[in-house]
Amino acid sequence: MGQIRLEQVTKSFGEVQVIQPLDLTLEDGEFTVFVGPSGCGKSTLLRLIAGLEDVSSGRILIDGKDATALVPAKRGLAMVFQSYALYPHMSVRRNIAFPLRMARMSRAEIDRRVEEAAEVLNLREYLDRRPGQLSGGQRQRVAIGRAIVREPAAFLFDEPLSNLDAALRVGMRMEISELHKKLGTTMIYVTHDQVEAMTMADRIVVLQGGIIEQVGSPLELYQRPCNQFVAGFIGSPRMNLIEGPEAAREGATTLGIRPEHLRLSRSEGPWEGTVGVSEHLGSDTFLHIHGIPGCDPFTVRASGEVDLRHGDAVFLTPDRARLHRFDAEGRRIE
Amino acid sequence: MATKASRSAARLMMAPAVVLLLGWMLVPLSMTVWFSFRKFLPLRGGDLGWAGWENYSRFVSSSSFWPAVSTTLIIVGSVLVVTVVLGVLLALLLDQPFWGRGIVRILVIAPFFVMPTVSALVWKNMFMDPTNGLLAYLWRLFGAEPLAWLSEASKESIVMIIAWRWLPFATLILLTAIQSLDNEQLEAAEMDGAGPLQRFGHIILPHLGRAITIVILIQTIFLLSIFAEIFVTTGGAFGTRTLTYLIFQRVLESQNVGLGSAGGVYAIILANIVALFLMRIVGRNLDA
Ligand SMILES: Nc1ncnc2c1ncn2[C@@H]1O[C@H](COP(=O)(O)OP(=O)(O)OP(=O)(O)O)[C@@H](O)[C@H]1O
Ligand SMILES: [Mg+2]
Repeated sequence: MGQIRLEQVTKSFGEVQVIQPLDLTLEDGEFTVFVGPSGCGKSTLLRLIAGLEDVSSGRILIDGKDATALVPAKRGLAMVFQSYALYPHMSVRRNIAFPLRMARMSRAEIDRRVEEAAEVLNLREYLDRRPGQLSGGQRQRVAIGRAIVREPAAFLFDEPLSNLDAALRVGMRMEISELHKKLGTTMIYVTHDQVEAMTMADRIVVLQGGIIEQVGSPLELYQRPCNQFVAGFIGSPRMNLIEGPEAAREGATTLGIRPEHLRLSRSEGPWEGTVGVSEHLGSDTFLHIHGIPGCDPFTVRASGEVDLRHGDAVFLTPDRARLHRFDAEGRRIE
Repeated sequence: MATKASRSAARLMMAPAVVLLLGWMLVPLSMTVWFSFRKFLPLRGGDLGWAGWENYSRFVSSSSFWPAVSTTLIIVGSVLVVTVVLGVLLALLLDQPFWGRGIVRILVIAPFFVMPTVSALVWKNMFMDPTNGLLAYLWRLFGAEPLAWLSEASKESIVMIIAWRWLPFATLILLTAIQSLDNEQLEAAEMDGAGPLQRFGHIILPHLGRAITIVILIQTIFLLSIFAEIFVTTGGAFGTRTLTYLIFQRVLESQNVGLGSAGGVYAIILANIVALFLMRIVGRNLDA
């Protein structure tokens, strides 16, 4: 069980209100990702849920019970920190066993659970090492191990992969997703990397400046961003946002079109420009096009084999069904 | 310093410093050893020739030797316990955010800047004096008979004076150690269900292990040779005669340089035994 409800929660540090009044319900078993630019309040929100910070106003309910005034240990949540926060003077075994020892569990039960967690996380051989003798990925797994032995109502992750290199990050991403499938426990995951958000989440919460911009499944956010900020934030490369007469013709202040929803041609199309830098990824090529009014540079995703050079003239045709229209306040126009 | 030329150049340039330091250390040491084998009574005939091991056996067989050794160990040990325990508590306190923390931190460090002679005199005359001292006043305030601190509780008084001076040192080192503790570790422990005492025992104290080791080692080195505090207060009476003080008395009060030098050699041996012992117990903390 692990349903978490926030009701009109706010948080201020001194004069500055970093979390605006906010309502959110995280369903039991759901993998929710908080995503947003740096400083938008993701960590603060997570720490409020964890109980490491006190809310300034509002209520937090865990499984329907008011947990606003409970100390962190009593909320039944486990957290994995960005710096791992392993205890450096304890062996991996003792690190993982720590929460169980604090709960005064029996020796046999502690050993059983630690072995089980070590099995799940491939930590068997490392149980007697100190954290200092492990690689970043292994440390991360120990931190996760320390969280899962408690069998918490929900897991909280604060940018757990940001200290790992790119290849390891992809691997750990899969491992965490698999863990979620296996345990079926509620997970809240904070990241500023929208690729992590898209690949892992059941539901994404996009935050900006302490305000929830949109909540939805990854595909919903991709296909129907409710405002210009979400449109620009979700999706890689970023959506092209066109202003000026081109947008006015569609009855909008800003017109959005994703780089993958454009057809490229050498001879015909409504928008004409010249090729600038092209990024060859092998499978795809990202072309930066200059000279299209209202948006410069304009990004287009083409196939890997596209044969265009710097300075070539090209024509673009948007997929009209996938144009996004936004009004003067940046809200989506249906 | 990779090439042969740079290595030999480095040796050449370091040579003066090494020679100076060696001379600095070796000359007094060998002179002590030399005098310890002579019958040397400056006021009663000067150097009276070879004495063999007589100084050594006389120094040990004197009735004041073993009490002096035990007094030394008791005083050093007590000061270490007091400064480390209070130092940890004070460091914990000073790490908390509170109004005026900057000023309080400076005030806490202040005693370390007071010269040992001065601090001992202040304690002796202002606090511990049985008729005019502040402590005597306090005692009388509660209707108790004032204590003649330096004669009735002499060792405790000396420990108090020395600990007062060294507490800031311990506090300062332990405070920097506490400040280097990653806050996320404490938060993780809090989420894991550890209460304040358990966080202290399982996270903070192990983290401080290395700093405590350093405090103990450095303080021991200095405390084994404390002198001024005893000279100024009790003059070695009332069971406060440490080994250092005994040597001082042999050389200057009895005017027996040979006997005092033999005592000096014993003091070196004692210091090394203590150091070895400490390294064994706490030195492990320095590896890891
Ligand atoms: N203890 C604090 N005191 C004062 N202000 C704080 C404190 N903690 C956070 N803030 C402010 O609150 C805002 C949100 O911080 P938060 O750490 O939640 O950002 P974040 O979304 O996690 O950013 P990042 O992606 O960089 O980790 C920031 O503007 C930050 O300066
Ligand atoms: Mg953060």
